Amino acid sequence: MTNSTEMSASKSQILALLTQVCDPEIPALSIMDLGILRDVLCHRKHLEVIITPTYCGCPAMKTIEFDVIRVLDTAGYKNVKVTTQLAPPWTTDWISEHGRTKLLEEGIAPPLERKDGLGRGIACPRCASHDVSLVSVFGSTSCKSLYRCDSCLEPFDYFKCH
Amino acid sequence: MNKNHYRYVLRLGDNALILGQRMTEWCGHSPFLEEDIAMANCALDHIGRARLLLSYAGEIEGEGRSEDDLAFIRSDREFENFLLCELPIGDYAFTMARQYLLDTYHYHLFTGLISSTDVTLSAIAHKAIKETTYHMNRSRDWVLRLGDGTEESHGRIQIALERMWNYTDELFEVDSVDVEMAAEAIAPDPELLQSRWQADITATLKKATLVVPEKKWSLSGGRDGLHTEAMGYLLSEMQYLQRAYPGLSW
Repeated sequence: MTNSTEMSASKSQILALLTQVCDPEIPALSIMDLGILRDVLCHRKHLEVIITPTYCGCPAMKTIEFDVIRVLDTAGYKNVKVTTQLAPPWTTDWISEHGRTKLLEEGIAPPLERKDGLGRGIACPRCASHDVSLVSVFGSTSCKSLYRCDSCLEPFDYFKCH
Repeated sequence: MNKNHYRYVLRLGDNALILGQRMTEWCGHSPFLEEDIAMANCALDHIGRARLLLSYAGEIEGEGRSEDDLAFIRSDREFENFLLCELPIGDYAFTMARQYLLDTYHYHLFTGLISSTDVTLSAIAHKAIKETTYHMNRSRDWVLRLGDGTEESHGRIQIALERMWNYTDELFEVDSVDVEMAAEAIAPDPELLQSRWQADITATLKKATLVVPEKKWSLSGGRDGLHTEAMGYLLSEMQYLQRAYPGLSW
């Protein structure tokens, strides 16, 4: 039985390794950035990594599960179990500040912060104009909507508030 | 294993699976590109939900059947979805009218299931309600657009509603499964569900300048495995791969 200092050292090592696990659609974003990784539990004989799905049908979740096991296996952790936790349900509020910056860098407008009292609205990731139009609520993936900037005329994806 | 509990969850999964399967038939064939993407997007949400629900049903059954076993190996007599879900897609008016009736039903159902005493169903409902809200807004928009549209669109959606109306009673039928699930507060009150659904549908159809069809007779039996002819064709396509190459995996 490891003592709690060893266990917490292990946990921070595991978390550091898991920053390598990224969203397969948006490789600049890790599962930490997205709030998909919920917890790591160091049991006596195995590690348990707890993740939560974004949308019910998100096809990336299986890939993420495989990647978690692969990354930890490469680092020498052979007994790893990935648990999917449904409640509390994932929300875009769990996307980190770093995650939101990365999304913008990738050309995806990040979800509006619900508690944003300034009402800044959605801005074009290319030219930062707020003169934008909704093309379709349903974009190329479950999490995105399609917008068009009426200033620079380029289309862009918006990560929907969820 | 509580058989009624298993059947209740199985029905939720079957509705999601069969409706999702119908929605995917539009992939590559929708009226325009953004709508093709939207339809596929919503279909994916339904398949995702089906996966969660069928996996859970398999756990309750306790005989080792996975979501895949339940989706691809059962015969038509073992599926317990509503008949309304399996009807062929028809034209876009038929598809979107059917979608609206079921999205509204699912919206109120999942709202009720959030407070289910079944913790897993409650968690699934918490996730599903967000997506279902998007679905319902989209299909309602289509009903308004087609109903309060051109003479052609109005005519097509009115006919579509007439054709599917006799299948709507089944959504609110109460059998021994429902009685037990409501008594245990696993399922929401079916009468409440019906009155909320009725109110929403009536209001939308009125706004869309459509007439609420008169019900002449009721068709049901889906929940007891007695399906329409269309179900056979649907399952032949959906289950083809596993039937032709049993046990095949990626």
